[in-house]
Amino acid sequence: MEKETKIVFQRPHALLPVVTNYCPGCVHGIVNRLVAETLDELEIEGKTIGVAPVGCSVMSYKFFGCDMIEAAHGRAPAVATGAKRTNPDNIVFAYQGDGDLASIGMAETVHAATRGEHITIIFINNAIYGMTGGQMAPTSLPNQVTQTSPYGRDVSTAGYPVRVCELLSSLDGPAYIERVCCDTPANVRKAKKAIKKAFQYQIDGIGYSFVEVVATCPTNWGMTPQAAFEWRRTNMLPYYPLGVYRDVVAEGYANAAEAAFARAADCPLVTGGGAQ
Amino acid sequence: MAEKVLMKGNEALAESAIRAGCRFFFGYPITPQTELAAYMAKRMPKEGGTYLQAESEIAAINMVYGASACGARVMTSSSSPGVSLKSEGVSYMAGADLPGLIINVQRGGPGLGSIQPSQSDYWQATKALGHGDFQMIVYAPSTVQEMADCAYNAFDVADKYRMPVMILADGMLGQMMEPVVLPEPKTELPEKPWACTGHKFEREHNIANSLYLTAEELDRLNVERFERYEIVKQNEQLAESVMVEDADIVVVAFGASARIARSAVVSARKEGIKAGLIRPITLWPFPTDAIKETLGTAKVYLSVEMNMGQMVDDVRLTVNGQAPVEFFGRTGGVIPSPAEVLSKIEEINGKVGA
Repeated sequence: MEKETKIVFQRPHALLPVVTNYCPGCVHGIVNRLVAETLDELEIEGKTIGVAPVGCSVMSYKFFGCDMIEAAHGRAPAVATGAKRTNPDNIVFAYQGDGDLASIGMAETVHAATRGEHITIIFINNAIYGMTGGQMAPTSLPNQVTQTSPYGRDVSTAGYPVRVCELLSSLDGPAYIERVCCDTPANVRKAKKAIKKAFQYQIDGIGYSFVEVVATCPTNWGMTPQAAFEWRRTNMLPYYPLGVYRDVVAEGYANAAEAAFARAADCPLVTGGGAQ
Repeated sequence: MAEKVLMKGNEALAESAIRAGCRFFFGYPITPQTELAAYMAKRMPKEGGTYLQAESEIAAINMVYGASACGARVMTSSSSPGVSLKSEGVSYMAGADLPGLIINVQRGGPGLGSIQPSQSDYWQATKALGHGDFQMIVYAPSTVQEMADCAYNAFDVADKYRMPVMILADGMLGQMMEPVVLPEPKTELPEKPWACTGHKFEREHNIANSLYLTAEELDRLNVERFERYEIVKQNEQLAESVMVEDADIVVVAFGASARIARSAVVSARKEGIKAGLIRPITLWPFPTDAIKETLGTAKVYLSVEMNMGQMVDDVRLTVNGQAPVEFFGRTGGVIPSPAEVLSKIEEINGKVGA
């Protein structure tokens, strides 16, 4: 008797069958897949606009099956803002690395967040500029050796890394902020859950959502993928603690606007409503 | 029935853009374009449109880029130092073949310069607003009415050729009030099948992009784009010619300085000097046809500008050595007086012995 074949694993529809430019051991492939699975499961590929950054995922406009816009370096949140404002019924996400999001695009990042744009940002933090060959990033750790911090990041001259989730969680605009990792099957599942929740919040009109994925860069860290995973676990995770930094629904609010309103309860101009 | 109203140039630009179907404005405060953004902030919500004050000029132009990629009729406005910041986004728009309107209400430069009227961004607008091989269509209105007319047509032209369009105004035109007949609101806007609106599983995914890692592919696209620019040069040149048929001295001036040059030319005629005026309305494409028509008759050309001599380069390229080309200009926000321009015409008239 023939056995019935059952598909248990396949390429998500929203991830096109093309060869990526990612290095062996790179985490982008995993996260690209998690985003694509989310678009499939929420059945939103047909109405989603993705914004690709400048960096290693610059070519992702060729990988994702939804409509895609390639942004200038750091400008993805501004481009995503223009896209979402034009067609509010579309689902809009930007996919950005640390140099793009937290250095050259920091103003766009902070202001899209504080405006509470109804967009989703997927942030890949691997503590280095990958595409340009391994320069110091805004998230490079103190004493981390890179091409442009050859003696290790000297905080007395190069300053300190930016913890983006913590920074954005001080703002009223965001509805959901979580930092995840994809170093183990369990953590990949958690990352998937966070990404899916981020898109769901946008669909439900709850507000701006942001997921940081603590990632690796074996090529520019000069390590095997296995050693890179270990280095991340030893050095990055203590500096960038995983967890939920903002979830207005879990806090008991319907959306970001309601949470912000409650936080400003003592300000009559805010609570009085209308222009004064 | 079209209504005639008294408006500032900046407000006429804004109202006319709305009537042209523009529903998305992204900007950042700067003098002397202030009234334009303020007008948009007031009017856009009433029209169901979006006014968004961006965190920077850079963010504003990238919002324009994103909105345009999604099919919006969209614009931004600024003044000289702010326009410099927009240059990145404008280059990306050109590279991704995205339409949109950028308004520059010019002030004096370089640097922080002044907040007085100037035309010192001619080179920037026509030669190099951003990196890479590309052009924008650039309009140079010289009355409040023409501000309204240019804004009304700019979006259609931008959509037709899929390229960014600039209106190069200045602080004088932006702030002055004149009567203007406002156009009727446009009801039909062009389809944009290339726009990112969600593929709904009905087509391949659309991509707005300016990155090409294969040299031959980028080369081919640039050549194609310049073939399109040639069509623009043939179709879109605009200029006004005044008393040039028998003119010995042809003054070339645009925008605010053309208003002064016109007075000077009229005064010169009263003195018996055969002077005429060519007023480019498009700065790119430069109205070479209008100038070439005078090549057999004009003895000398005089470019009058509110800068140190920028458009004069294009006049010289067009005249191509067939007649001398002189220049008169004031900078820093100084508006030349008709008397100053007249004495330059008289001086030249003495030299050519007309």
